[in-house]
Amino acid sequence: MSTRTKKMKSNNTTLSDEDLERFGEELDAIRQRVLADLGEQDAAYIRNVVKRRQQFEVAGRLMFYVPPLWPFAVASLSISKILDNMEIGHNVMHGQYDWMGDPGLNSRMYDWDTVCPGEQWKHSHNYIHHTYTNILGKDRDIGYGILRMDEDQPWHPYYLGNPVYATLLMLFFEWGVALHDLEVENIVSGQRSHADNKPLYPGLIRKIRNQTLKDYLLFPALTGPLFPLTLAGNATANLVRNIWAFNIIFCGHFPAGVATFHQDECEDETRGHWYYRQLLGSANITGSPLFHVMSGNLSHQIEHHLFPDLPARRYPEIAVEVREICERYDLPYNTGGLSQQLFSVARKICRMALPGSSKDSGPATATDDVLAA
Amino acid sequence: MGLADTILRSRAVAALTSPQGVDRYLEHVNPMWAAHEVRARIVDVHREVDVPGHPPVATITLQPTSTWRGHRAGQHVQLGVEVDGARRTTRVFTISSPDSRQGDRFTITLRANPDGVVSRFLVERARPGTMVHLSQAEGDFVLPDRVPEQLLFVSGGSGITPVMSMLRSLQRRTHRGQVTFLHYAQSPEHQIFAAELDEVRRSGHGTDVHLLHPELGDPNLSPAFLERLVPGYRDVPTWACGPAPMIEAVRGAYDDSPALRVEYFQPPRTSGTSAEGDVAFARSGVEAPNTGAPLLEQAEAAGLTPEFGCRMGICFSCTALKREGTVRNVLSGEESSLPDEEIRVCVSAPVGDCVVDL
Repeated sequence: MSTRTKKMKSNNTTLSDEDLERFGEELDAIRQRVLADLGEQDAAYIRNVVKRRQQFEVAGRLMFYVPPLWPFAVASLSISKILDNMEIGHNVMHGQYDWMGDPGLNSRMYDWDTVCPGEQWKHSHNYIHHTYTNILGKDRDIGYGILRMDEDQPWHPYYLGNPVYATLLMLFFEWGVALHDLEVENIVSGQRSHADNKPLYPGLIRKIRNQTLKDYLLFPALTGPLFPLTLAGNATANLVRNIWAFNIIFCGHFPAGVATFHQDECEDETRGHWYYRQLLGSANITGSPLFHVMSGNLSHQIEHHLFPDLPARRYPEIAVEVREICERYDLPYNTGGLSQQLFSVARKICRMALPGSSKDSGPATATDDVLAA
Repeated sequence: MGLADTILRSRAVAALTSPQGVDRYLEHVNPMWAAHEVRARIVDVHREVDVPGHPPVATITLQPTSTWRGHRAGQHVQLGVEVDGARRTTRVFTISSPDSRQGDRFTITLRANPDGVVSRFLVERARPGTMVHLSQAEGDFVLPDRVPEQLLFVSGGSGITPVMSMLRSLQRRTHRGQVTFLHYAQSPEHQIFAAELDEVRRSGHGTDVHLLHPELGDPNLSPAFLERLVPGYRDVPTWACGPAPMIEAVRGAYDDSPALRVEYFQPPRTSGTSAEGDVAFARSGVEAPNTGAPLLEQAEAAGLTPEFGCRMGICFSCTALKREGTVRNVLSGEESSLPDEEIRVCVSAPVGDCVVDL
């Protein structure tokens, strides 16, 4: 795969400039068509998801009063937190529903049920990650500053712990996301100072205080003698949500066949090239409609990266067209079942713990074939 | 309800419903329950005037949530509707009913502007039961706490609403001073609140009502006419509301007198091509000729440093409030003229004059 990146560096893409331009125009056309079609059904959909989330939350909180129902309470609260994190929070804060003019669903107003302040996440995710997707040294989501997720990240003995760090990041994912904006790795390397982080602390502390107060003190206290059970239940629901979110997100960017890019090949890139990079830098997960809702439609990570501000419920219909375009341009479309993508990600996490190239480990993917051609 | 309100507005409930807040839950149970937001149910739609070939005028009666803090006569309210269940569009309307207190019903009176999404929806399609979103009452075009003995109201067209609210408040308070009510309408058929004003004129109470129709030969607004009607009018506390040309005439007649208070609504000015007009950056007070480039570039060219991210319309970092004017989305070509609209300045180019909060 190191030949892959070198190849891309010298050749830029496998498409000619004209092809790339037409490719971009075709994707722009999809975008225009969906934008022009947004309306009542999209509004009704997201309002319905919000309502369902609340129902799961209220049901979960209430069931903690009946100890035998504890597992159901945890399940219900976990579903609520997953919906809030994925289909509502992530997508609303992308501005997907700003067109509705509803302050409750506005990217500038919304904040989600995690310890990460929405305001800070919008910077690190919407701006940094979605603009510089998979550009080494610019996209801080590659390894989240903790993991080695690409062979072009220089190896260091520290990375022998890659699987351990990944497991910890999975279990404490909301905390990892919350601290992401502090760019601790850049402070360690001297590229950022503590002073740069100062403005971030008040918001972060307030959000952490509100979230922990709610889940670990107030709601448990409201159940009186059941305090420890409710506390454990709330912690479990947060844990379930963390594991779920981590896995969906890692399956969207780190299975085999996902390309990374060098800064110099993305300088002055055209819109077509930007689309091309988003396509090659993302991977989908196949599944049922319910699975797509629970993953916030980030199972359609490719479509999300091409059109981050279009309502996510449109991704399944868009995916059909994107696949067709990819076939015509002979471009890879990285998709697979959840277990397949999870296995691929897990293998990469372990592989990257060790130094050197890993070209011969694992099957060649469509991306590798196209790019090595 | 008092105890429930106190609980719903408590810090404990805020902490339990953090980060979204209690209103996000209440609205799904009953849209008339709110702890902080203001919403209202339309309880009546009454056609005031319906002249064939002209936009109809209607009075909408609103039952607000208990969060409505009331209003003072002359104030306006921002009202948002979700036409066909999707985009919420917000417009400002003057309140036509007398002073209201917390949770009181009130009315707005409006003309169905042929190009107006909200006004046409309210007048032509809204039915009792429809929910709308409200701001609290705003504006300082109001009567003072100590109402002067002598007052003069001057209005034109639908500018009658705030002064009608004042007149109704005075009637309710049984103000016994001398009130002169001067209104200009296109024709007698266009006269809003005609029956009520006729009743006021007949019942006396010191209110002098003049309904004028210059197109039918009534005198235009002029210093001589005002002087004849209200001698020494420049020193009489006056409230004037109407279309811009009328307000100009009134201002001219009052010659900077502090007795005059005015309110008027300016229609949006647009031009056909994209590189005409001026761009005003409201927060920094900078104004520059419109070059037709996206607002972010124009702001930077003018020496401002607005916040931005991707510069391609995907990350929403540069979202800013456009106060007035039309912008074209450079990606989609879609134009939008809504006032007080959030736009991404990196992909929004002004069409004609534009005021943006940067």
